[in-house]
Amino acid sequence: MKFDTPATTNPIDQLKVVGKPTERIDGKLKTTGTAPYAYERHDVAPNAAYGYIVGSTIAKGKITSIDVTQAKASPGVLAIVTAGNAGKLGKGDFNTATLLAGPDIEHYHQAVALVIAETFEQARAAAQLVRVETIKGLGSFDLAGAKDKATKPKDAWGVPADSAVGDFARAFAAAPVKVDATYTTPDQAHAMMEPHATTASWSGDKLTVWTANQMIDWAKGDMAKTLGIPRENVRVVSPYVGGGFGGKLFLRADAVLAALGARAAGRPVKVALPRPFMFNNTVHRPATIQRVRIGATRDGKITAIAHENWSGDLPNGQLDGSAVQTRLMYAGANRMTATRLAVLDLPEGNAMRAPGEATGLMALESAMDEMAEKLAMDPIEFRVRNDTQVDPENPQRPFSQRSLIECMHTGAEKFGWSKRNARPASVRDGRWMVGIGMAAAIRGNPVSKSAARVRLNGDGVVTVETDMTDIGTGSYTIIAQTAAETMGVPLEKVVVKLGDSDFPVSSGSGGQWGGNSSTSGVYAACMKLRESAAHTLGLNNADAVFANGEVHSGGKTVALGAAASDAELVAEDFIEFGDLDKKFEQSTFAAHFVEVGVDAATAEIRIRRMLAVCSSGRILNPTTARSQVIGAMTMGVGSALMEEMVVDKRRGFFVNHDLAGYEVPVHADIPHQDVIFLDQTDAVSSPMKAKGVGELGLCGVAAAIANAVYNATGVRVRDFPITLDKLLAGMPDVA
Amino acid sequence: MRAFTYERAKSPAEAAAAARAPGAKFIAGGTNLLDLMKLEIETPTHLIDVNRLGLDKIEKTNDGGMRIGALVRNTDLAANDTVRKDYALLSRALLAGASGQLRNKATTAGNLLQRTRCPYFYDTAQPCNKREQGSGCSAIGGFSRQLAIIGVSDACIATHPSDMAVALRALDATVETVQPDGATRAIAIADFHTLPGTTPNVETTLRPGEFITGVTLPKPVGGTHIYHKVRDRSSYAFALVSVGVIMHPDGTGRVAVGGIAHKPWRVESAESELPRGAKAVAPKLLAGAKPTQQNAFKLNLVERTLSAVLAEAKGGRS
Repeated sequence: MKFDTPATTNPIDQLKVVGKPTERIDGKLKTTGTAPYAYERHDVAPNAAYGYIVGSTIAKGKITSIDVTQAKASPGVLAIVTAGNAGKLGKGDFNTATLLAGPDIEHYHQAVALVIAETFEQARAAAQLVRVETIKGLGSFDLAGAKDKATKPKDAWGVPADSAVGDFARAFAAAPVKVDATYTTPDQAHAMMEPHATTASWSGDKLTVWTANQMIDWAKGDMAKTLGIPRENVRVVSPYVGGGFGGKLFLRADAVLAALGARAAGRPVKVALPRPFMFNNTVHRPATIQRVRIGATRDGKITAIAHENWSGDLPNGQLDGSAVQTRLMYAGANRMTATRLAVLDLPEGNAMRAPGEATGLMALESAMDEMAEKLAMDPIEFRVRNDTQVDPENPQRPFSQRSLIECMHTGAEKFGWSKRNARPASVRDGRWMVGIGMAAAIRGNPVSKSAARVRLNGDGVVTVETDMTDIGTGSYTIIAQTAAETMGVPLEKVVVKLGDSDFPVSSGSGGQWGGNSSTSGVYAACMKLRESAAHTLGLNNADAVFANGEVHSGGKTVALGAAASDAELVAEDFIEFGDLDKKFEQSTFAAHFVEVGVDAATAEIRIRRMLAVCSSGRILNPTTARSQVIGAMTMGVGSALMEEMVVDKRRGFFVNHDLAGYEVPVHADIPHQDVIFLDQTDAVSSPMKAKGVGELGLCGVAAAIANAVYNATGVRVRDFPITLDKLLAGMPDVA
Repeated sequence: MRAFTYERAKSPAEAAAAARAPGAKFIAGGTNLLDLMKLEIETPTHLIDVNRLGLDKIEKTNDGGMRIGALVRNTDLAANDTVRKDYALLSRALLAGASGQLRNKATTAGNLLQRTRCPYFYDTAQPCNKREQGSGCSAIGGFSRQLAIIGVSDACIATHPSDMAVALRALDATVETVQPDGATRAIAIADFHTLPGTTPNVETTLRPGEFITGVTLPKPVGGTHIYHKVRDRSSYAFALVSVGVIMHPDGTGRVAVGGIAHKPWRVESAESELPRGAKAVAPKLLAGAKPTQQNAFKLNLVERTLSAVLAEAKGGRS
């Protein structure tokens, strides 16, 4: 099915199942511990041996020798894989550094060997006995130091690295009111609950990996490329994923080493990354330095706006596109953005939930708050005054739907914004200095080709097969709702099978494109199945009504299952998107409101309440969508107040590489959270009229918190995370 | 983790005697030791399980104080009625530490003996004098925001992570032990933990094989007990600083501080300044401090936290 004109009325609009708050259909499996995760596939690989990774202890250099004599003689050891005996390895399209080092070492904890043994404990003990000799190379580990040598990348996540409209420099110089501020955000870890894990098994020259991965088809392609084997010889299975946040978008060391280990040991091998390896062995959100300049008239019209961003990565690596959303967010005749990428020899940077906007809005929406104060304007009013219904760089291109003002006004009303005292440090509640802040948010709504196969059996059961993944988001449930709605059957009559490369290729999970794209693909396949069912039943598909497990047409009513009474009916199709996203800017929008308390003595910051108002088209399942947004808001609290992978700039690694050192919010940090979804549909987005929401919930949260902390204390921290040591000097005297 | 042998001791004296063997270690809750063994930071060849020695009782002593068995779990100690009433500082400090699950396992003696949380100590690829004497200190000149500001040496700037020990220091606890030859002794809590000096691998004055049988507290001293732990998140985090006070209505009292040194930090001579407030106490309490650029904020933070706690003791802070 090609989607190249806005959707009209279709079976999804019935909203008998879609749009209803529905608990996850996989919830019982997860809460009873019976959902099989990658490391626990005893059912398919009962004889798996255990692999344990040996990581590099230097950040950059060369391996001169690896002595495995002692390790090999250690009890239970079956085999040891190193670059020396692994055979020629390629590198995946989505990897920057190689997944098995040798002779070059590109980053700390890059895998240099895999020890395979009968038990996990034996493999771990023997891994300590592998002796790796290296020569240290000189590395670059400090973004601020490397910033001036940063270069212009060929693009910024698919759009030009730089943009310019009008004459920013002149307009900014002439502006009567100016903000010129530099913000920094640190390297962040995805810190998902399930570590990267894979069980691998060979049958002849065919490889199966049961793994934890968001993008099955990418993993399949990159595994084939890395091992130098045909794509068709690789099967990737990932039906349950314990969190990803972008950390599992790509093939990683666990999967490649499990495959190599299984080949070396001649039996299935499983590999999980120990938690201390998760921070330096895998990918992370890169640190940024961002300069934002805004020039405005005294009545609050933006005349000049600029956002420049610097991040770093290994050579030929990935940037953080934190300047990009500023092209779209506010009006202003004179504007520029620039993205620069420096070379750093830290572990590989890449996408983490809402890459670009998550960091970019920390800076932009702090700067907007700073400007509103300079203008003595209400921060919401300032944003309203600079709203735009068209792409400001390209005014003939409208937003398909932009309800940012409604988000802000709805939130203001619900949150009690009018009670905010605009004068900082003026509200006390006992020991707490109390502040309220808000931020606006935008996040792209990418769409991606997505295929599915649907089967109908004689009992009227519809089975959906697609390689789409459910990384804790609710894919199983919204796909089941989509199939149930389209086929006119109750939810219990739908079986959803996901995450297997033997199934049709889906959009996968990433960039908040998965929910909208994959359900559209399932819708397309179901529409084909309806056609086939009507034909088999001798009914006219054009006027057939599919409802209550039956098909009604021309006065006849037949059980849907009757269409498959002789043989299963199978239909396969995909959704493919035309150029509607070129003609229209399809973004999602939100407004975040936060109240914080800051201890007047210790400067400890505690969130008191939070509200998000989201505009993301049709909400397919308010229950799972709300879970996505409150989870994202929680992640936003982390990024505002505590999450930072600390770089040891001498030794070139992230020091706090476990969950004791890398703090994420705990339950006690998260108070009451409210989410409001505007009741909308966006017919330009897809036949589902839905949009992404899982990343939108994170965008702007940290800035809202920063603005609330400023309102509470009068201290503006531009260096995230906002920890108490950065506030102390500006706090009032204590008796 | 290296292979080890295991025995279950039948009496404290037998445990101490068994610990004569080179490479032997006691195991109780195992909440820290097992993690360290997995990373091969601790590599005992023999474990002596002391969980079933009956040292899990909390009893009144003849002088009106209290004796806490070495194996009393942190959860049970914090919930004990007498502790909550007469030694509230101890209960509050315990509840500020770790998580419910960890407190259910962690023991009184084990809590005192837990190792530092310095991140370089936990990464065996990095030099650390505490882990491998003479290898160097990576934290000095590195990531030191969490680390010690006082009593430090050129060899080590690690902190002792315990909350419980801060309360015990303020309460003038005594650690009771038995040695491999069966002799017993009592060590004042002030003398129990050591400063790093040139031997940061040594953390207490316990002798080889010496086994902690319990901790005693003198009779209750009354007063208002407050423990304020300052941290980046609300729970499940080690202290940036923690301040424990016992304050009397006349303004006199005691103060001990955690998160700033290789041991719970208390300077008795500084306490005479308590009636004059935190600004008077802090210079004496923190005299000789040698913070890094990253953790110098702790000086100010100790003073401000103490100030807040003193206000709270007077009922002036909610």
